[in-house]
Amino acid sequence: MGNQSCVKILNEWDIVAARQLGRNVAKELGFGTVDQARITTAISELARNIYLYAGQGQICIEKIYDGGKAGLKIIAADNGPGINDIRQVMEDGFSTSGGLGAGLPGVKRLMDEFDIDSSPGSGTDIIATKWLR
Amino acid sequence: MENLILEYIGTKKNEITSEWMEKMRSRTDERALRLVSDDMFERTSGEFVELMISNLKESKEEFNNRLTDFAEKVVRLGWPLHFVIEGLQTFSKILWEGMLRQGEVHEGNQMDVIYAFDRWLSPLQNEVVDNYSRTWERTVSLQKIALQELSAPLIPVFDGITVMPLVGTIDTERAKQIMENLLTGVVKHRSEVVLIDITGVPVVDTMVAHHIIQAAEAVRLVGAKCMLCGIRPEIAQTIVNLGINLNQFTTQNTLKKGIETALEMTNCKIVKVEGAN
Repeated sequence: MGNQSCVKILNEWDIVAARQLGRNVAKELGFGTVDQARITTAISELARNIYLYAGQGQICIEKIYDGGKAGLKIIAADNGPGINDIRQVMEDGFSTSGGLGAGLPGVKRLMDEFDIDSSPGSGTDIIATKWLR
Repeated sequence: MENLILEYIGTKKNEITSEWMEKMRSRTDERALRLVSDDMFERTSGEFVELMISNLKESKEEFNNRLTDFAEKVVRLGWPLHFVIEGLQTFSKILWEGMLRQGEVHEGNQMDVIYAFDRWLSPLQNEVVDNYSRTWERTVSLQKIALQELSAPLIPVFDGITVMPLVGTIDTERAKQIMENLLTGVVKHRSEVVLIDITGVPVVDTMVAHHIIQAAEAVRLVGAKCMLCGIRPEIAQTIVNLGINLNQFTTQNTLKKGIETALEMTNCKIVKVEGAN
């Protein structure tokens, strides 16, 4: 697939690499500065979650076209411990690591579409999409 | 056995060199070719082959000394590592095929020659890779130090007012330094107001925000006030989207406005001197 590029998240600096990739793709697609900031922040959150909780994983950025619309899809996948209660992590202020607990619900608000698939022991897959308006 | 190889090289040196250059040029992918210009390629490949041969000539003891020397020289040629490794492999292949054609290698001594090749080339390869990686490690560690040096300076601007400009990505390491510098600086400069300027921070995610909030809380504990400035419009929007609560902060969009507010808070004012033009 020529529309997809991926960054492996193995250490903290890979978060920066993933972010940079996302920003470049967003720029190519013609997103404005505000949406670029939203997309890079969302990627930053997802990549940091992978680094913090799963240890390692992958962030893929994909250009998508649906009818006349163009968009950017972030796919964050890891084989980490998974999430016990998805409803709980989507609540503002819930964190197991003493953080702000705004990460996942924040990403959902930053992006247009948000889909999470996770169960304990089988890793986590998150797909978030932003459409170009 | 080494002598056999050496003799062969001695008689066929020019042919080997030109064949090697030919092969390397056709084999290299476009990426490597762009990195190695034609002119430089001509000049350095002669040197490379020369080095390879001289390496074999030396006695066993000197061989080890020359090895480091060789690797250092190769690194200095400035070629990409994969290009050098391929060069070494191509060189030995040409040699092997040439000797096979000449009948120097036959079934009787085949294994011996292979071992001789291995004794000669494996240490060479190892040393080259080792040297390359050491050069990189050095660069990386130097850059890390350089990065640390410009990490989080605290600048006193007026009595009781200090500024900490943050530039670049904030990782856990830097966040720790920011906190330390901030607290020691506040005490040292007897600051009343500290301005943290995030104009140069590309992304403010929950982690960065969390660190800033913690730093501000710690600053409050040592008796000073913390102000956040340099919040660009797009960053303001993402902070709102993320739902990060910065209510306990005084915030300003530019450092200039921040300093004006800080002056107000310390009951100071900048006035134009009357009569001056």
